[in-house]
Amino acid sequence: MFAYLVRRLFLMFVTLFGISIVIFFLLRIVPGNIVDILFAAAGYVDPADKANLEKELGIDRPLIVQYWHWISGFMRGDFGFSYVSEKPALQEILPRIPITAKLAGLALLFSASIGIPLGVISAVKQGTKLDYALRVVSLSGLSLPSFWLGLLILTASVAMFGQMPIFNPNPKTWLEAFATYAVPAAAVGFRSAALTMRITRSSMLEVLRQDYIRTARAKGASEAAVNYHHALKNAILPVITVIGIEAAFLIGGLIVTETVFNIPGVARFLVEAIRWRDYPIVQNLVMFIAVVVVFANFTVDMLYAVFDPRIRYTD
Amino acid sequence: MADKTDLVLDVKNLKTVFFTNSGLFRAVDDLSFSVRRGETLAIVGESGCGKSVTALSLMRLVPDPPGRIVGGSVALEGTDLLALDEAQMRAVRGNRISMIFQEPMTSLNPVMRIGDQIVEAVRLHRHISAKEAQGIAVEMLRLVRIPEPARRAREYPHQLSGGMRQRAMIAMALACRPALLIADEPTTALDVTIQAQILALILDLQKELGTGLVLITHDLGVVAQTAQRVIVMYAGRKVEEASVEALFAAPKHPYTRGLMASIPAVPASGAAAQARLNEIPGTVPSLVRLPQGCAFAPRCKLAIKRCEAEYPPLADWGGGHLAACWRAEEVAEVA
Repeated sequence: MFAYLVRRLFLMFVTLFGISIVIFFLLRIVPGNIVDILFAAAGYVDPADKANLEKELGIDRPLIVQYWHWISGFMRGDFGFSYVSEKPALQEILPRIPITAKLAGLALLFSASIGIPLGVISAVKQGTKLDYALRVVSLSGLSLPSFWLGLLILTASVAMFGQMPIFNPNPKTWLEAFATYAVPAAAVGFRSAALTMRITRSSMLEVLRQDYIRTARAKGASEAAVNYHHALKNAILPVITVIGIEAAFLIGGLIVTETVFNIPGVARFLVEAIRWRDYPIVQNLVMFIAVVVVFANFTVDMLYAVFDPRIRYTD
Repeated sequence: MADKTDLVLDVKNLKTVFFTNSGLFRAVDDLSFSVRRGETLAIVGESGCGKSVTALSLMRLVPDPPGRIVGGSVALEGTDLLALDEAQMRAVRGNRISMIFQEPMTSLNPVMRIGDQIVEAVRLHRHISAKEAQGIAVEMLRLVRIPEPARRAREYPHQLSGGMRQRAMIAMALACRPALLIADEPTTALDVTIQAQILALILDLQKELGTGLVLITHDLGVVAQTAQRVIVMYAGRKVEEASVEALFAAPKHPYTRGLMASIPAVPASGAAAQARLNEIPGTVPSLVRLPQGCAFAPRCKLAIKRCEAEYPPLADWGGGHLAACWRAEEVAEVA
């Protein structure tokens, strides 16, 4: 087990190293840098000024030197300064993380707490009207892009209530905080919930055919005990996998959702930083996201062993 | 016949059907039998003859849809199980009547510890603490002769061999001391050497606990070793019922005779092996389109016009030996 963990951590490190190279060079391939953009906006070009500014920001040096400068700083916890605000990158990124984390967490919570029970119900009631209704709803969840759903929600709330939910950065009560995050989280979590439901349903249908389900009934167990205790425990692995993958996908969904709902989270911030070619912000933020995703995958793998005693990680 | 109060199970005119796309499927048709306390009744027949559906019907676990019990009564210790509602039936299942299945490899929940699965069976029917139930679970594992029962109780099914798993299934089925145990081909999936051990174990425990046993099998060797009485089923119906001695001495139904003739004989040392194994020609008819007369007639050497026209009634040939055949008297002479 220990050797497995060591190997696993080493692989995670290699993965992150690969990601750092990809994101660094991808950013440099994108045409233009912050200096080009600034000068284009000003409509004034003095090559000497431009060269000075590039020198000041260090983007005139060879790429390999720039990469080393960034990645060695990243390892030491020195994230550089934002080109745009000239504030430390960490100071720009950190306050935005809790906002996005809450949004993503709530979306995943919706996805699991709605998707799993509905999936179980749909499987148990297979072929009934309820099952068909749930499957149609979940199919619509998979087909609606979250930004469009978000726009629909905003339009509908304006049409019905004459106002729309505005992001409240300092909610006073717990309930206010929930209200602030719930609507965008639902918009972005609908897709995940729908996917979770479908996976839960098909996994449950598979398990409900197994012999040990009949054994559980033969013991005198109630339908609820059979479905949730015996069947769901066996059906949960693919569901965990999907939720883990969704956790990573969520970042993509959040970029547009944060834009639609005007929420100052990291996802929207990332898009703005890309527009300004704000290298320190983009590079470090993508690395943060990569670390989160890699750890999410690791957690999912560890959860397998928790839920299925047949899975053990050995050397 | 024994006194009525001695009956653990009394099945009368049981009918179970399946509604399929190709039509109504009479899996169990008008089946009656009874089991006395401590008695072993074997139900024998080919695959698809309705023996497993009979077992599931007794437990009321026939998958619905497509299956349904449409008639008859199943009296367990005097209570008609078919008249109970689902909650009452749950209180009976695993408590007064329980079942061992054919496939020990897949019949235990892979993500639950062996001990916990037995504990669940106990606590569903006895209001005792988890700790006491755990004690009973270990005790049951000891009873089915699993070595180191306390350690095994903490293990998961995949850590046990097939024979061990079947022992654990037996422990679970008997944990509440049921009046009736149904064993549906309990040894079919096991190695031959383990089969004998498991059968001996079931019989020992049956004697010890006074449980009635319905043993479903296609193996006449197993029947001869274990049962007191036998029912032979064909195409959903009982075609013969007798004590083991009477059945093996003089089967009255040509189908039973065919089954017995199909047992390969071990050639005496030195003698050449039998050239060809005996078989019953043809296959079981589709249960959707059964012939009007005797279902076995198309495969029967003795069949006459009457066999194809009329279904023969179950007639008593003395000493409770029942057979449904127009030509039962000739069966003995032909062989």
